[in-house]
Amino acid sequence: MALVKVYVNYKKSILNPEAQAIQKALGRLGYDNIDDLKLGKYFEITVKDGVSRADLDKEINEICDKMLANYNMENYHYEIVETEAAQ
Amino acid sequence: MKFAILAFPGSNCEMDLYYAIQDIMNEDVELVSYKNDSLDGFDAVLIPGGFSYGDYLRSGAIARFSPIIPALQAFAKSGKPVLGICNGFQILTEAGLLPGSLQKNVSAKFICDTEPLVVNNADSMFSSEFKLAQIINLPIAHGDGNYYCDQETLNDLIANDQIIFKYRNNPNGSVANIAGITNKAGNVLGMMPHPERAVEDILGSSDGIGIFQSIVNYAKSREVVTHG
Repeated sequence: MALVKVYVNYKKSILNPEAQAIQKALGRLGYDNIDDLKLGKYFEITVKDGVSRADLDKEINEICDKMLANYNMENYHYEIVETEAAQ
Repeated sequence: MKFAILAFPGSNCEMDLYYAIQDIMNEDVELVSYKNDSLDGFDAVLIPGGFSYGDYLRSGAIARFSPIIPALQAFAKSGKPVLGICNGFQILTEAGLLPGSLQKNVSAKFICDTEPLVVNNADSMFSSEFKLAQIINLPIAHGDGNYYCDQETLNDLIANDQIIFKYRNNPNGSVANIAGITNKAGNVLGMMPHPERAVEDILGSSDGIGIFQSIVNYAKSREVVTHG
């Protein structure tokens, strides 16, 4: 089996008031070394056995483009990890 | 004329809209479930506010894949009026029927207030009852109402006169003070403010009537052309 880790982040041009609120709160707690903080989304997708790498890439890109990310304001990337069950 | 109001799991303004159309506008209206796949027989479609699917993933992102959406896309293509309010606006952008997207308010706070809007285009099928530059007062109630699009899209919106309503005092950080835009064809309007909550003076404003009346006038003039 494969585990796909999908990361969705805001594009640089997009203001993220939630991340700013978190960063400010950390500043108030005295964490002065933080220069920037980003807030995104993380998905773990477990894929059934027997899917070729090419098909998996195609499907994950499709899923991200269609639903998980909004191209208007977000970027995504993913990594595929083979899990123990596959061995 | 007959209005359809789409109801998704988590919609919460569908009854306000229903009563606005039935009792104030005196027009036929029917609630249409997100599970349906047809909008045959309707002259206009309204998409209500609320929190469809709990705003999971992004506002409108899940509702956009409901069984009713292909029928909505076909309806929009036919040129008949489609109005998405608040979450309805968010669903329309996610469904690709309107450009841009709605982000978190710049303040990161949910805002519930009455806002003055400037009528930026009084020739559309949604705003013909108003005068250009007229100020109307409508309630807003949203956390994700900050309209965003890139510069190229904004240039198009301006060039095609697609910006129907602007905020006078931008409450949420929207690009170019945008409160409501149409598609290029002009028959799909998305707006964050709630006209259905401003249809009687006792509600604080009755300026919302102008939007529904504009749609009714448009649909009835079309009827005359079609059948007359």
